[in-house]
Amino acid sequence: MAGPQAHDKRPLSPHLQVWRWHVTMATSIFHRASGVALYLGAMVLTAWVMALASGPEAYGAFMAFLMNPLGLLILFAITAAACYHLANGVRHLAWDAGKGFDPKVSTVTGWATIIAGAVGAVLVFALAFLA
Amino acid sequence: MTHSLRTPLSRARGLGSAKHGVGHFIQQRATAIFLTVLLPWFALSILLGTDGSYDAVIAWMHHPLNAAGTALLVLTGLFHMRLGMQVVIEDYVTGAVGRTVSLLANTAIPAILAVIAILSVAKVFVGA
Repeated sequence: MAGPQAHDKRPLSPHLQVWRWHVTMATSIFHRASGVALYLGAMVLTAWVMALASGPEAYGAFMAFLMNPLGLLILFAITAAACYHLANGVRHLAWDAGKGFDPKVSTVTGWATIIAGAVGAVLVFALAFLA
Repeated sequence: MTHSLRTPLSRARGLGSAKHGVGHFIQQRATAIFLTVLLPWFALSILLGTDGSYDAVIAWMHHPLNAAGTALLVLTGLFHMRLGMQVVIEDYVTGAVGRTVSLLANTAIPAILAVIAILSVAKVFVGA
């Protein structure tokens, strides 16, 4: 396996510490981070169906945990990650189709996915708890 | 290595890509497209079609389309998740042992979650 080698003097690709933050870079990093966070989301979803299959007591205990402040915080983070990853995923699919590469367009769509993630998560929670 | 009879070109070819990159790329996009439908459907259907109570969700899951959609969401999502995490591991985990263990875990975890979720959906759909 070729790891980072101390004697290798070739220039490295830019890393997080030396990059000025801008929105297209942030959306790329958030896409990875939200994807990794959704690993936890998949575990919560699986635990939810497992609790459902285990009977009313198990389901009640699981939902009681989810409705605690800590559970709600985790649930909101997963929801925001899912909404953001979905919106930015559509942006990536457009890129794969060769559309939206222009820096101005990708900056605008980048902000749009961040807003979509935040608004989407609030809407899902409003739908879940107010409707 | 210095006494090898292999040509430099042969060695370079042997060290090249695994020739599975395109398949990985396409599978990642194909599952992404299906998930743009499955995930919003699941969230809206559960939120609008049930109040989240045990009885309501059980009744919801008894409908064949809801059980099938949930199973498809879980399988497609876990497949997509495994592909994505594989790229992250290959990018950031450089040690041979750590990388091998991480990649094995990244195969085992989605498989375990898939089996648990599918059996659970099937149990709720068939009985209880």
